[in-house]
Amino acid sequence: MSEFLHVLTDHWSLFGQGFGNTVKLFLIAAVGSLVLGTLLGAFRVSPIPALRWFGGSYVNIVRNTPLTLVFAFLVFAVPKLDVDLDYFTAATVALTVYTAAFICEVIRSGVNTVAPGQAEAARALGLTFDQVLTQVVLPQALRSMVPPMMSVLIAMLKNTTVAAGFSVLEAGAIPAYMAEFGEPQFYVLLWIAIGFLILITPLVLLQRLLERKWAVAR
Amino acid sequence: MSVLYDLPGPRGRRRNLIIGILASAAIAGLLVWVVYRFNATGQFELRRWEQFKFKAVQMEIVHGLLATLKAAGLASVLALLFGAIFAAGRLSDHRILRAPATAVVELFRAIPLLILIFFGYYVPLQYGWSISNLWALVVGLTLYNGSVLAEIFRAGVNAVPRGQAEAAYAIGMRKNQVLRLILLPQAVRSMLPAIVSQLVVLLKDTALGFIITYPELLTVGKTIGGRLTFGFPYVPAYLVIAAIYIGICGLLSFLAWWLQRRLTRVRTTAAAPLPLNDVSQEV
Repeated sequence: MSEFLHVLTDHWSLFGQGFGNTVKLFLIAAVGSLVLGTLLGAFRVSPIPALRWFGGSYVNIVRNTPLTLVFAFLVFAVPKLDVDLDYFTAATVALTVYTAAFICEVIRSGVNTVAPGQAEAARALGLTFDQVLTQVVLPQALRSMVPPMMSVLIAMLKNTTVAAGFSVLEAGAIPAYMAEFGEPQFYVLLWIAIGFLILITPLVLLQRLLERKWAVAR
Repeated sequence: MSVLYDLPGPRGRRRNLIIGILASAAIAGLLVWVVYRFNATGQFELRRWEQFKFKAVQMEIVHGLLATLKAAGLASVLALLFGAIFAAGRLSDHRILRAPATAVVELFRAIPLLILIFFGYYVPLQYGWSISNLWALVVGLTLYNGSVLAEIFRAGVNAVPRGQAEAAYAIGMRKNQVLRLILLPQAVRSMLPAIVSQLVVLLKDTALGFIITYPELLTVGKTIGGRLTFGFPYVPAYLVIAAIYIGICGLLSFLAWWLQRRLTRVRTTAAAPLPLNDVSQEV
């Protein structure tokens, strides 16, 4: 047991740095993918065929591509196009590009859960487009979007570990460093798993709370 | 028809047309810029694509694909088994089975898949056992996807209307008969699309094998791309690999969608198909 604790206390700075970078990656990519995903989601529900086609193609291509391949493309192939990215930037871009496709789908299906009759009734009352959107459609759509949106972000937090394979020192890269110190990997991995449980549990609980609360209200 | 827009009138149609033309121009501009970038850095040069003509390189790709499919196949079978066992545990009437099954399923869904793979990769090394990269990958994929599948199975059984089980109990069936003869046949139909779409996720996740140097498609892509003689053709190599993944996963996703549509249209059971649009599970 004391050996188990020592793995953490002896390498406090490595764990701190690793999980610090994980959180940093997560926060940057979360903001990035929410912005890009919302834009693509707006494309997919727009009345402009060209934009719908673009959003649809993006989603279909990215959804069927492994995240690791997106990482590999950014780290190995993109520099050959004379675009220089450092490893951390490449990781945030990869996570953003990949996660945005799923955010986009959440937004599209969220908008589609609102019954057309709602908007028709609102228009029949003489509400303008802006009013229909902000007072009738979005309040209902957001309720059904937030829980799956949180699931996507939780999955993205776990996906940050893929960056370990591409030279970013985040939580997933800790075992490779520990291998040099000859620490028992089982304990190292247990601590990493515990770290992720600590990061993820509040998010999961919040998500389930919102889901339950809003499922009744709908 | 969208909930957001009415059918546009003449003015709206004109406006949409103008925005449409501008948007098309912007998209075309983006594509032209990408092609220009490719061309400017010589990605279309013959020497960078030449090696795909060679039989040996083609065989390399085929072997990579087979390694990917092998890991995916093994992990699929084991994950389905794992899922079935733990779903049965979670559906049990006995708390003593339900509680540990729930804990295991929740735990493995919360830990990043790569960390689970690392457990299979580093831990046996620590105790001096030798385990191949393939099995480290398969173990991780099984634990994670098995837990997700357990949840799908449970949702599938719960999606069968209560009246079905009640009616079966009323005519004197035992618990095992109700599950085997009444609930499962209906549940399997309702969850088939969701299962297929989870197996696509599993197939995609085999790419993580690259990180533990399992010689799957992505590893082959890096080998092909890293050849000096052909001017480090990373771009062509990864484009080819991506096309293979997109082709296979796209076909399977289409199968899931087709099953879903068919099951919704031709309802042969009391259970409605599980929703397939839950993309949040796919990330």
